[in-house]
Amino acid sequence: MIAYSLAESTSVVASTIGFDLGALRDGFWTLTIQGLAYGSIYALVAVGYTLVYGVLRLINFAHSEVFMLGMFGQYIGLMLLGFRPQGDVWSEGTLMTIAYLLLAGLIGMAVSGTTAVGLEFVAYRPLRKRNAKPLAFLITAIGMSFVLQEFVHYVLPKVPTDPRLGGSSPQPAIKLVQPTEQFTVFGASVTNVILIIVIAAIGLAVGVDFLINRTRLGRGIRSVAQDPEAALLMGVSRERIIMVTFLIGGLLAGAAALLYTLHVPSNVVYYGGFILGIKAFCAAVLGGIGNVRGALLGGLLLGVMENYGSVVFGNQWKDVVAFALLILVLMFRPTGILGEKLGKARV
Amino acid sequence: MHRRMTTGALAVTMAAVLALSACSSKDDSDSDSGTSTSAGTSSGLMIAPLAQIDTSGNEVEAAAESDALSPAGDGKATCDPTTIAMAGALTGADAALGINIRNGAQLAVDEHNSANPDCTITLKTYDTEGDPQKATQVAPQIVNNKDVVGLIGPAFSGETKATGGIFSQAGLVSVTASATNPALTDNGWKTFFRGLANDDVQGPAVAKYLTGTAGKEKVCVVKDDTEYGAGLAKAVIASLGDASIKSCEGDVKKGERDFSAIISTITGAEPDAVFYAGYYSEAAPLAEQLKRADSSITFVSGDGANDPQFTALAGSSAKGALLTCPCGPAPDKFKEAYESKFKQAPGVYSVEAYDLATILMKGIAEGKTTRADLLAFVKDYQGSGLAREYSWTSTGELKSSLIWVYEVK
Repeated sequence: MIAYSLAESTSVVASTIGFDLGALRDGFWTLTIQGLAYGSIYALVAVGYTLVYGVLRLINFAHSEVFMLGMFGQYIGLMLLGFRPQGDVWSEGTLMTIAYLLLAGLIGMAVSGTTAVGLEFVAYRPLRKRNAKPLAFLITAIGMSFVLQEFVHYVLPKVPTDPRLGGSSPQPAIKLVQPTEQFTVFGASVTNVILIIVIAAIGLAVGVDFLINRTRLGRGIRSVAQDPEAALLMGVSRERIIMVTFLIGGLLAGAAALLYTLHVPSNVVYYGGFILGIKAFCAAVLGGIGNVRGALLGGLLLGVMENYGSVVFGNQWKDVVAFALLILVLMFRPTGILGEKLGKARV
Repeated sequence: MHRRMTTGALAVTMAAVLALSACSSKDDSDSDSGTSTSAGTSSGLMIAPLAQIDTSGNEVEAAAESDALSPAGDGKATCDPTTIAMAGALTGADAALGINIRNGAQLAVDEHNSANPDCTITLKTYDTEGDPQKATQVAPQIVNNKDVVGLIGPAFSGETKATGGIFSQAGLVSVTASATNPALTDNGWKTFFRGLANDDVQGPAVAKYLTGTAGKEKVCVVKDDTEYGAGLAKAVIASLGDASIKSCEGDVKKGERDFSAIISTITGAEPDAVFYAGYYSEAAPLAEQLKRADSSITFVSGDGANDPQFTALAGSSAKGALLTCPCGPAPDKFKEAYESKFKQAPGVYSVEAYDLATILMKGIAEGKTTRADLLAFVKDYQGSGLAREYSWTSTGELKSSLIWVYEVK
């Protein structure tokens, strides 16, 4: 009986896992470009994980819900601007579309920024005041993640809006940009959506890197990450730095949410941030958690590699490839590709 | 020490997260909970019936509406007040389906009662929430209610599987308007009758239709990771034979919305059609992205995608898509009556429920007001309803199982 079911499950695995290098060769550039688009989004979310970890040694698992609320934020923004869901793309002309997107993106960023800071205020600060153990923070983070998800799942639908927000099904999509090919790279088409995502993400990444490494505020963040007590003696307000750190992470998650919904408009739903958040966390660990450049690199790498993996082994293995990659890298470089820089003295 | 604690914490969280992610995926199949989505209807698209086909994919003329048995009868029926029951999901995530069925049955009952003042029939509803476990608690209530002589339902395959034995033992005839799992009729139940074709019919029928009438030569089959998707895809691939291209078979995870990798393999194989075995929430973005990549490929899907939400989500890219379903289209007159009564369009399986309720009531009107008599009546019943011909084999399958093909127009 056992032998039978073993044999059967082996055949199941054999029939569901493929190994198709030809598909990788044929679609290499398309996959790379698509992967970079995804990777940019992972990277932006990963920065939120990495900054908070650097400063607090806390893995803020509720960050995926900050991202999710950012998606709802920009959706609400578009509704406030008069857009309603429809099957087809709204055509408003290039300039107006950009203006609308910027506005919706700002609303999304405001929502996720407020959520992140509010989270720190409501959930983590009281714990710090009581000198709670790291595990208490982690459990709280996971708990808050559920609170925010279930808020969108059960409470938000009670608000009378048209159409209703939240609930168990994804919001019907509001599409503003029709993906159209702009140019090709080695035969792989690059659409306007991918172009927007990659350019915006690079811009934001450079901005964050500058903020952390070249500004007074960034120095404050780095100093708190390295040695909170010494930073306090030097007149750096730890509480303020922590708040700013959550804010930066939240704003980036909001921006990532807008870019993500441009690419995948029909996934605005309460569980929509969950897997993406875990991937972004993986990206942060992959690059070296606590390290901003590491998070950016990890995000891009993860996005591209999981896309390759999804054609080589089959699409259903996409997430497995991402996590397997993480484990592989951590086996050889336990602190991630670039190491845990933010917390170390050598900056 | 500190370091070790952090590492330990990391390990604990990773484990927690993996466990969470494992359960998080269950949540999405039930998408149309009726809580939110009333997506834009501006596209003006509708899922219009194209043809009725048999398992070899050949067209079969639809039953004429005028031949259909009417619940009103001759208006001279006399009987003591009698009760029929309906069981299915009336609340919860899948309530939309149960409500479609209840409304269809209620419409038939009301039409009967207003035409036959001397034979009042009551429809008593039992809510199972579509949950097999709830259903096993509800089933004894139905059985123990001695007034109930017949049952419409249970609605879903899972709950039917869990309760069929109870109804069989009690000798209570149960006619389902929607449970399509093929194995249900293998249980040796004496009282189970299925009012529509099962899943084993849909796959071969649509495959033969595609290679035959629709003239497709190369088809890529893509499936999701549900039991429904896997079963349907397997049947379709087997019946397509050489027309199914192995290299572009694809797997979609429930909840996925971006299909660029799958689409690049599909376009590489240059098929005439893509068959998707899964539900509308993934079918809509897949159809949309496929249309964008190569508009010459026909998108085909089964009853999981046969929902107004499919066109609402996919917009104009849904145009020309073929959707199959064992469920029959709603005739105009039925549609009107239904809409004026319930203020919504009849959904999938409303027509089936109407037909099945009508059959039970015809039996009652003929004086079959005990469970045993009504069971015998249904067993030997033969006649046409709004959707199709009804007459059953000894296991409770329809003698002629037919599938409808719909086109998005």
